[in-house]
Amino acid sequence: MAKKSFRQAINEALRQEMDRDPTVVLMGEDVAGGAGAPGEDDAWGGPLGVTKGLMPRFGRERVFDTPITESAFIGCAAGAAATGLRPVADLMFVDFMGVCFDQIFNQAAKFRYMFGGKAKTPLVIRTMYGAGFRAASQHSQCLYPIFTHIPGLKVVIPSSPYEAKGLMIQAIRDDDPVIFFEHKVMYDDEEEVPDEPYVIPFGEANFLRDGEDVTIVALGRMVKFAVQASDILEKEGIESTVLDPRTTSPLDIASILESVGETGRLVVVDEASPRCNMATDISAQVAEQAFDALKAPIRMVSPPHVPVPFSPSLEDEFLPSPEKIAASVRAVMEAPARRAAA
Amino acid sequence: MQLNRDDMLRAYRQMRTIRAFEERVHTEFAAGGIPGFVHLYAGEEASAAGVCLHLTERDVIASTHRGHGHCIAKGCDVKAMMQEIYGRKDGLCAGKGGSMHIADIAKGMLGANGIVGGGPPLVCGAALTAKLLKTGGVGIAFCGDGGSNQGTTAEAMNLASVWKLPAVFVIEDNGYAESTASGWSVGGDQVRRAEGYGMPGVRVDGRDFFAVHEAAGEAIARARAGEGPSLLHLKLERFFGHFEGDAMTYRAPDEIAKLRAERDCLTLFRRRVTGAGLLDASALDAVDRETAELIEEAVAEAKAAPFPPPAELLTDVYAAY
Ligand SMILES: Cc1ncc(C[n+]2csc(CCOP(=O)(O)OP(=O)(O)O)c2C)c(N)n1
Ligand SMILES: [Mg+2]
Repeated sequence: MAKKSFRQAINEALRQEMDRDPTVVLMGEDVAGGAGAPGEDDAWGGPLGVTKGLMPRFGRERVFDTPITESAFIGCAAGAAATGLRPVADLMFVDFMGVCFDQIFNQAAKFRYMFGGKAKTPLVIRTMYGAGFRAASQHSQCLYPIFTHIPGLKVVIPSSPYEAKGLMIQAIRDDDPVIFFEHKVMYDDEEEVPDEPYVIPFGEANFLRDGEDVTIVALGRMVKFAVQASDILEKEGIESTVLDPRTTSPLDIASILESVGETGRLVVVDEASPRCNMATDISAQVAEQAFDALKAPIRMVSPPHVPVPFSPSLEDEFLPSPEKIAASVRAVMEAPARRAAA
Repeated sequence: MQLNRDDMLRAYRQMRTIRAFEERVHTEFAAGGIPGFVHLYAGEEASAAGVCLHLTERDVIASTHRGHGHCIAKGCDVKAMMQEIYGRKDGLCAGKGGSMHIADIAKGMLGANGIVGGGPPLVCGAALTAKLLKTGGVGIAFCGDGGSNQGTTAEAMNLASVWKLPAVFVIEDNGYAESTASGWSVGGDQVRRAEGYGMPGVRVDGRDFFAVHEAAGEAIARARAGEGPSLLHLKLERFFGHFEGDAMTYRAPDEIAKLRAERDCLTLFRRRVTGAGLLDASALDAVDRETAELIEEAVAEAKAAPFPPPAELLTDVYAAY
C-alpha cells in the first residue's frame, strides 16, 4: 500500500468514481482552471490542487469550470442531481455557503421529502473548512453544525487520507445530498491508502484508541489532536477511548453511548463555534440518554464564541490543541464522583 | 474636471505608494514574514487613484479581496495598513482582519472583502445612508470581472437603479478571476448589463489615469446630482498572481514582462505629464523617493511591532453583550 496525501486520496476517489460512472461530473471555480486563458489548461485543479489532472482525463464535458456564481452552479448541481447526473460541486471555502445556501437547504435537502419520496438527489458538495491557515474570519469557519441542523443533508468530516477516500466514494455513490468537509490544513497529511476503491459507510464511528477511563469524541482535524492528547494522558496513567464519528448526519450516537457506558466520562472536541455545535449536540444526547452512566460532568473543548481572528497570536489562542484537550480530560478525571440521586 | 498640478502630484503619489507597497509586500511575503493570503493590486493603480481623487471622507467605498490599493487611495494610514498585514496589535484593524479585511470606516473605506460580490450590496447601503442623511456623499463599489458575475452584484445594480441611489459600480477587469479568463467567464458584456438595469455604463482604458478620472467624475457628479447609479468598466492589468504563491501557468510566458513594459499605468502617467509639460520629472522622482522611504519605514516598524495579546481574542465581537 502506498502512502498518499489527503489531497491525493480525494483526487483518487474522484477519478475512480468518474471512471466507473459516466454520470459523475465535477463543477466549481477553477476546478480545472485556465479556461479561456492563453497559458496552460488545468492550471489550478482548485486553489489547493485537489482536482488537478481530472480535466485532462475526463475533458471539459465532465469537469466544468464555472464563473463566480455559487448560487447558480450549486443550484445547477442540485437540479442535475435530481434529474439524472451525480454532480460533485466544489464550494471552495464553506464560508461561501452564504451566497448559495438557499439552493442547498431549501432545495436539494428537501426534494425527497417534499416530493413524497419520489426524488433522489445524489449530490456531493465538497468544501474546505477550519482555522489555522491565517485566513481570517471569512475563510476559516467550520459551519458543519449548520448543515447538520438541516434534515435531508448528510454531513461528512473525514479525519485522515484513508478516511477521506472511503468516505468520498461513499458520498458519490450515496443517493442523498452530502456536504463533504475537507480541512484546509490537512491536505498534505499522509498515510497508507489502498489503491483500489473502497467505501466507508456513513454513521459508523471509528475507534482510534481504546481506554477505560474516559471517552474523547472528536471530529475532522480535532481527531489527530485528540489522539495526541490521549498519548500525553497515557503517560500520566489516564486511559482514554478516542472516537471519531466520521459523519455528523447520520451520527453514530449508539457507539458514543456504548463507550460512555463503559468509561462514565465524556470530553467532546469540536473546532466549530461553541454555541449549537456538534459538541453541544452530542453532549445533550448523552446527557439525555446516558445520564446514569456519567461519573462526572461532560466537558466540551471548542474555540470561544468569536469570529476566527487573523493575527497568528490570536488564532493560536483561538484553536483547541492537544494540551487544551488533555487539560479538560484531567478536569473530568478530577471531578468529584457524582452522587447518585437519593 | 480640470486637474491642477497639486491634484496630479497627489494622484501620482497615491499610485506610486500603492505600487511600492505592493512590490514590497510581494518580496516580504516570499521571504515568509507575512501570514495568510495576500492579493496584490500592482498594475491596477490608475483605477483606485482615478476614482478616489474625486472622493472625500463623506464618500464610502467597498473593496474586494484585492483591497490594498483602494485603501491607500481612500486615505488609510499606510503604516497602520502594513502593521495589519503583519497581524500586529496596532494594525488598522488591530490585527484581527488582515489583508483581506483591511478597512477604515472613519475614512469611508468599508473594507476589503473575503467574499467575492460582498461589496456591491453594502454600497447600496452606504448610498442609501448618504441619500437619507443628505450628506452629499456617494457609494463606490469596486468589483472584479469575476465578481461582476456574482448574483449579489446583479441584485445590487438593480436595487441601486430602482431606488436611484447615489452609487457607482466600478468593474476592474484585469483579465482574470483566479486562473479563469474574463473573456471566458463573462456572458455578454458588462456595459450592456448596465444598460439593461437602466443606468449609464462606459468602457474606459483602466491603465489611463486621466481617462478613469474623467469617466469617474461624470458618474460621481451624476450620483451627487440625484440622478442615480452608473457603471464603469475598466480594462486593466494585474502584475502579480491571483494570490502570492500563484504559479500563474495559465498566463502566456512573456505576458507580464510585456504588460510591465507596455501597459504600466505609472509609466503612462509619467510619460503623459512630462511630455505635456504638466509636471517635471524631478517632482515625480521626489515622490518616488519619499514613497520608497515611507514603505521602508512602514515595513521596519511593522516587523518590530508587537502582536496582539491573547486577551484581545475575546474583545470586539459585540458593541454590548
Ligand atoms: C463568494 C466567493 N466565491 C469565491 C471566492 C474565491 N475567490 C476569491 S478571489 C476570486 C477571483 C475574483 O476574481 P475577480 O472578481 O476578477 O477579482 P480579481 O481577483 O481579478 O481582482 C475567487 C474566485 C470568494 N472569495 N468568494
Ligand atoms: Mg479579475
